[in-house]
Formats: sequence, C-alpha cells, structure tokens
Amino acid sequence: MSALLVADHLVKHYPLRRRSLREPRRTVHAVNDVSFSVDRGRTLGIVGESGSGKSTTARLILRMVDATSGSVRFDGQDVLSAGRSEMKALRQRMQMIFQDPRGSLNPRMRVGDVVGEPLVVHRRASGVAVRSRVIELLEMVGMSAGDVDKFAHQFSGGQAQRIAIARALATDPELVICDEAVSALDVSVQAQILNLLRRLQTEFGLSYLFISHDLNVVRYMSDDTMVMYLGEVVETGPTEQVFGAPTHPYTQALLASAARGDWRSARTADLAGVAES
Amino acid sequence: MRARTVSRSHGEESVEAEERPLLEVAGLEVVFRTLAGDLTVVQEIDLVVLEAETVAVVGESGSGKSVTALAIMNLLGNGRISEGSIRFGGRELVGLKPSAYRRLRGRDIGMIFQDPLSALDPLFTIGRQLREALVWGGTPREQVRARSIELLQQVGIADPERRLRAYPHELSGGQRQRLVIAIALACNPRLIVADEPTTALDATVEAQILDLIRSLKKRSGTAMLLITHDMSVVAQMADRVVVMYAGMLVESGPTAEVLAEPHHPYTRALIAAVPSVSTDRNQPMPTIEGNVPSVRAQVSGCRFHPRCPLAMERCASEAPPVRVTPDGRTSRCWLSSDEVAAREPGLVAVAGGER
Repeated sequence: MSALLVADHLVKHYPLRRRSLREPRRTVHAVNDVSFSVDRGRTLGIVGESGSGKSTTARLILRMVDATSGSVRFDGQDVLSAGRSEMKALRQRMQMIFQDPRGSLNPRMRVGDVVGEPLVVHRRASGVAVRSRVIELLEMVGMSAGDVDKFAHQFSGGQAQRIAIARALATDPELVICDEAVSALDVSVQAQILNLLRRLQTEFGLSYLFISHDLNVVRYMSDDTMVMYLGEVVETGPTEQVFGAPTHPYTQALLASAARGDWRSARTADLAGVAES
Repeated sequence: MRARTVSRSHGEESVEAEERPLLEVAGLEVVFRTLAGDLTVVQEIDLVVLEAETVAVVGESGSGKSVTALAIMNLLGNGRISEGSIRFGGRELVGLKPSAYRRLRGRDIGMIFQDPLSALDPLFTIGRQLREALVWGGTPREQVRARSIELLQQVGIADPERRLRAYPHELSGGQRQRLVIAIALACNPRLIVADEPTTALDATVEAQILDLIRSLKKRSGTAMLLITHDMSVVAQMADRVVVMYAGMLVESGPTAEVLAEPHHPYTRALIAAVPSVSTDRNQPMPTIEGNVPSVRAQVSGCRFHPRCPLAMERCASEAPPVRVTPDGRTSRCWLSSDEVAAREPGLVAVAGGER
C-alpha cells in the first residue's frame, strides 16, 4: 500500500506579541514536529482536546496557514513549495469538510450552486453538465434532485452536512480531511453521516484524515489513530492498538475519562467505583 | 454485557435522597410567539425532582429540554407557559410575580449554563461577581470575602485569594465553569438547574467538572435538574432520567434501568446510535432514519412515528398513551416494553443503513 499523504516534521509557531522590546521573544508551538502518513483508501484519525493542534495540522496540509517548517508530500509532490497553478490542481485532490455545515455553506447560494461551484471554478464542467453532475453528487450523499434549488438554511444539520460532503466530492478528491465533521450533529444523525462517509470511502477509494475530539467516533472510523496533546504527537499506531493498549499516560487518561461515561462497557462500574472513592 | 448497570455509582445517593418532591412539573405547555403565529414548543411535560436527587432531561436539538428548564426559571423571553403547573417546595410558581421570581433565582434555585464565558461578566473581577451573588443571598458584608475564598476552594480553584482579583478571561474554560458553579452555590440553593454544564469543555476537563458537581451535591444535599444531550453524562450523574423528543416526554425512569433496558423505541435507537468502546468497527452504525423534526413541523400522532422502526398505522394518527409500569417507569408508546423488545430484539438490531 502506498502512502498518499506524508507529513514530515511539521512545525507551526506563532510569535507572541511583546509588551516591550526588551521582553524576550516567545512563541506558541501550535504544531510541533508532527509526522504521519495516510495510505490510499485508509483513514488516519487524529484525536485530541482543544488546543492540541489537530485542526492546525489539517490547515497546514491544505496550506490554509503556512507552516514554519517541515514538509508535506501528496502523491509524491511537495505541497508546501507548490506554485499557484500546482496548488490549484492539488486542491482538487484534497478536500475538507468542516464542523458546522451551515456555517461552511454560503447562505445566499442555492444548493445547486454550492455543490456546482467547485466544478465551475476548476473548469470540470460547464452549462447543463454542471447541473446533471450536481444531481448525481446529491444523490450520492442521499439527497435528491429536488433539493437543487433550495437554500442551505432550509435543511437540518445532518442534511446540510450531506450537502457539504457532496461539494467536497465534486472534484473527485483522493483525500478528504474531516475536521470535527460530525461533532455538531445530533446523536441520531451523527451515525448516518459516519455510515455515509464509510460507504463513500469504499465506493471511491477515498483516504480520510479524520479529526475529532470524540474518541469513540475516531475509533469507529479510523484504521490508524494519532493522539495529539499541546501541539505534539504523543502516540500513534493501529487503532486497535492505541485503544486496546495505550502506552502514553495522556492517551490512558483520555481513554479513562471516556470509559467512565460508557455505561455499556464492563469496565465502567469498576472505574466509577474508583472515581467515587 | 448490556445487563451491567451504573447503579453502583449512584446507589448511595439514591438511598440518601428523601422521598419528598422539591420540584413538581405537571402538564407543562410552553408557547412561543413568532411572526408566523403561536408555536407550541413543549407540551404535556410531567416531571418530579425529589430533595437531594439528580434528574436528567436528555434529548436532541429541538426536543424542548432547554425550554423546559427556562420555563422552570421563568426565563422564557418570547415564550409563555400556556398550561400546567410548576410547584417548588409546595409553592406554585406559574403566575408568580417577576419580583418574587427574582428572589427565588440565585437563592433557592441556582443556575449553571453551558457557556461559562457568557455567563460571567467580562468587566468585573471574580471577587466582585462572587460578592454580588453572596450579598444577594444575604451574606453579611464582613463575611463576604471569607466566604468567597471558601467557595473558590470548594470548587477547586487554586490560590483563591489572588484569584479574587482576576478577570474571567484570565481563567481557562474549566476554571470558568468552576467559578460559575461557585456562584450557583453561593446562596446554598435547594435546587440547581444545570443546562449542558460540560458540553463546551474538553473530555478530561468534563470528567473533573462532573466529579466536582457530584461531590458538592453529595456534601450539600442540593437537588439538581440536569439538561443534557449526552447519555454518558446521564449515566455518570443522574438518579433518574427523562427522555424528550420533539417537545414531548417519551420515557422516564431510574437511570440505570432506562440505560440498561430502554422501553421506548426512540430511547433504544438513540442509545444504539452512539458509538462506544464496544461498537463493532466492521459493521455499519445502527441509525435512526430521517432527521430531527423542526419545531415548526406539526407531526400527527406519535412525534417519533416517521422515524420509528416499529411504527404501525395508528401511530401516524393517534397520539400514544403514557404507559406507567408498577415500578414507576413511563413510556409514551402504543407498544408495551415487552412488545417493543419482541419486535426489535437487542438494541443493535435497529434498522441499519444511513437514512
């Protein structure tokens, strides 16, 4: 299996403002020496709490923010030094889905335009071909042709996220970065979207970088899991291993706090007992 | 595996709880005035919180759980209570004068909201905000400082004397929520209404805050109405749980029993749809078809019937009755719990697929 995406020693530092010139220069290490790879058709989960650098990592890969140092290779091509036109080509192959579907869809645009825009921007279709491709995409994510002329606010959160997924898939990407893609959804809808993402992965051989603060969601979705804390990778490996036999104390603490709430697992009663005493 | 319950973590508390109702909500209906006319947002809500007990109201967006809490606090804004009664310590609250309600809030009923940053005033120091709550509750001025420090210590804020001079933005999210809890506790309330108290917090911080709330509750004997969307929070905190869907109560009962063996098809499906450590990664997740109905959608019959895997013809036209079992569990369904279990064996057998 070949690696589609390889990130090597990624670093993102933000300088802190100084109150005076005599004050020493200080920096926030948002992402500090992060390396990983995602194979074709596979899912790498990134789990961590707020401030762990998981979203910044995603943004570095798509060059939504510039890395301080390190390298990103997509299908062998250097992403961070790619020129404008190379980047435009690359962006079609790497797409992103965000947490808040209604916030990431333009409220003034009809669904057909939201989903069709990438086709037009990247000159992948024109005229009537756009509309038929849009309908095809909508049906792929479980929406219908009748939704084309509606606005995003007419849909529930789950439906809006389906539309965002359709838009992300418009350019036939190979890698989709899901940044807390199901976190804002209602529980009863979250599972639908997880199943949809898994089906689309099998159908199109997609690779996912699946970012979430929810351990159980990451466990369900990911072949491999990377745990981040304060900008650094504390543990990485096959999902079964990271969850079954965590080696880093932080991973263990994270799993323990999740297990406490899981009344279905046999360990819960014991852990609750420990916590009480 | 399913049979394991959480009773162990709550057993002691439920024994301690006196069987005296502190809060009794009966037949509550809330209407909001909108440009498109009046909108009934919750209806037929019955719930009881006993002294020292924690009752969780769990539901998804649009279920009416927060509106129910706001109605109890008389903080409905554009909404009004169109029917029903709310009794607190035997006293009817519906129709109470705003000034009388003000005296109740903060003193007899403390509040904890989801977002601590917006619950706190950014312009005032922590000490000033605690003082406001304490003075409001009748603490003598000369005792305010000592009591403030004591409260901060109780909620686990380190170096309380220095912290009194700090502003909310100088605290982390978890510390801010600790402060909000300290303010809620300032007047030794008899009831705390907590609306998604840990939803905005990280997992490890959430665990700390839940521990804190539990230990403070145990010490003070305060009752709590906990509003949440998260079943794992319910499992850790509540003696009893009330499940809401689309503005109505669908199931209620002791937490351990409801989680181990839910009676209502919605509760069953909801629990199955949450990924857990034991979820089979090689299978599609069990899902509930369709979407949460909008508040404006007037669903006939049972509110859940368009999404219910067990829906029958009558569910679409006739509103189901509330079934009450001898042990005090309720379920709003045409089918008895045995019938539900027989037709849909095992929680995970809820119709698969994505839609």
